[in-house]
Amino acid sequence: MSAVKRGEILRYPTATRINHWIVAISFVLLALSGLAMFHPALFWLSDLFGGGALNRAIHPWIGVVMAVAFLLLAAKVARDNAMQDRDWAWVRRSREVVANHEENVPEAGRYNGGQKLIFWLMALCLILLLLSGLVIWRAWFSAYFPIGILRLGSLFHAFFAFVLICAAIIHVYAGIWVKGSVRAMTRGTVSYGWAWKHHRAWFRELTRGTPRK
Amino acid sequence: MALQSLDIVRRSATTIPAPAARGAHSGEVAKLIDVTKCIGCKACQVACMEWNDLRDEVGTCSGSYDNPADLSDQTWTLMRFSEHETPKGDLEWLIRKDGCMHCADPGCLKACPAPGAIVQYANGIVDFQEEHCIGCGYCITGCPFNIPRISKQDKKAYKCTLCSDRVGVGLEPACVKTCPTGAIVFGSKDDMKQHAAERIEDLKSRGFDNAGLYDPQGVGGTHVMYVLHHADQAGLYAGLPQQPHISAMVGLWKGLTKPLALLAILATALGGFLHYIGVGPNEVSEEDEAAARRELEKTP
Repeated sequence: MSAVKRGEILRYPTATRINHWIVAISFVLLALSGLAMFHPALFWLSDLFGGGALNRAIHPWIGVVMAVAFLLLAAKVARDNAMQDRDWAWVRRSREVVANHEENVPEAGRYNGGQKLIFWLMALCLILLLLSGLVIWRAWFSAYFPIGILRLGSLFHAFFAFVLICAAIIHVYAGIWVKGSVRAMTRGTVSYGWAWKHHRAWFRELTRGTPRK
Repeated sequence: MALQSLDIVRRSATTIPAPAARGAHSGEVAKLIDVTKCIGCKACQVACMEWNDLRDEVGTCSGSYDNPADLSDQTWTLMRFSEHETPKGDLEWLIRKDGCMHCADPGCLKACPAPGAIVQYANGIVDFQEEHCIGCGYCITGCPFNIPRISKQDKKAYKCTLCSDRVGVGLEPACVKTCPTGAIVFGSKDDMKQHAAERIEDLKSRGFDNAGLYDPQGVGGTHVMYVLHHADQAGLYAGLPQQPHISAMVGLWKGLTKPLALLAILATALGGFLHYIGVGPNEVSEEDEAAARRELEKTP
């Protein structure tokens, strides 16, 4: 569907991009409606969803959408996110990356060590948010759980939501900081130079046609 | 509506002071339930239904005298019947009137995320303001006594109000007014403690050595208190907790976590911003593009 021009590489096909944005939009809605119920100073955010009661009612349904969409996305990208030795080496030298000296770190594959760790962190948060969210979903499931589990679920849900929000901020900032990345998720393509600079091992695999590991 | 009482000492999910000019200068109120004088007639349940215009569904027999089987949005107080065999082999029928204890440190209010959905008046009554309730059920999660119930009809939380509407105009709660044995009395908390002390002395003289007042300090004391024949075994009375307190998990969830987490989220975003200002974007240069092209030409 997306016409790949000369000098460009297709990084994300259309289906993956749509999938990503379903996850991203539902995440933003969940963060806003969730923070409204997390801290009194942010309760006004519930007005974005039609008031406190509607905010409370709608939040878990958006959560279901995000969980399903994330699962589909993860199924597509999980293999490419398996940590390899070179990724750990990348992580150990990530200080250089942060200082914009990416040339001093080991070559990265389709994803670098940092991206992979963020992916697994998000996946872990998603699973725990889904499980704890079902437990504290008063309208449907809470009655089936003892009070201790409910309390633990409430605490876990808040904690892992907090971790996920921080991880998402890092994820979004990385996209803004590393120029040319956002285009990969909006139009699907990156330039040769981008792939060469940030994901050299992946670039070589593509250009040499060697099978991906 | 609620705020106009001008005597709000605590208001859920609110960081600024609530109108509190009017105090309870004649003392906090308390309802004292003398379990040892209760005959289980359920007049208090009926009076509660009448005054508050509540009608629960007719249920089924659960095998005990408890009727209905549990508290609900339509049953704000409930007699719970427990059979207890004493070491001497006597059977005691322990009947406890269950309902909101109106804690001085209310777990429901601590857990509630909706501003003003739960308030505590200067006289100690903890009241739900259902117009602000969002139906999340966090009050149930926070309550150490398992009292609030969400209505299936309107998705709001309900519980005993200690007849705040009656108390506000100088009347005693409906259950107190109707109790035929004087097992339920109402007044200032100090007076009720004094009355309880007399009752406990009487009970001890009749062989109930462990008779005592139930005013658990783990929740700062309560504005509904019990006189128990076995104050050392509160659990005998249909599982009344011996030492209730707000769960540590609720304390953590609703305590330091809230401001710290918010601060950490802001710090993460600020960190990104400062990084961009200080280090700047990571851009692909012309050399990178040229290097990529050279690499491409090398490959067959």
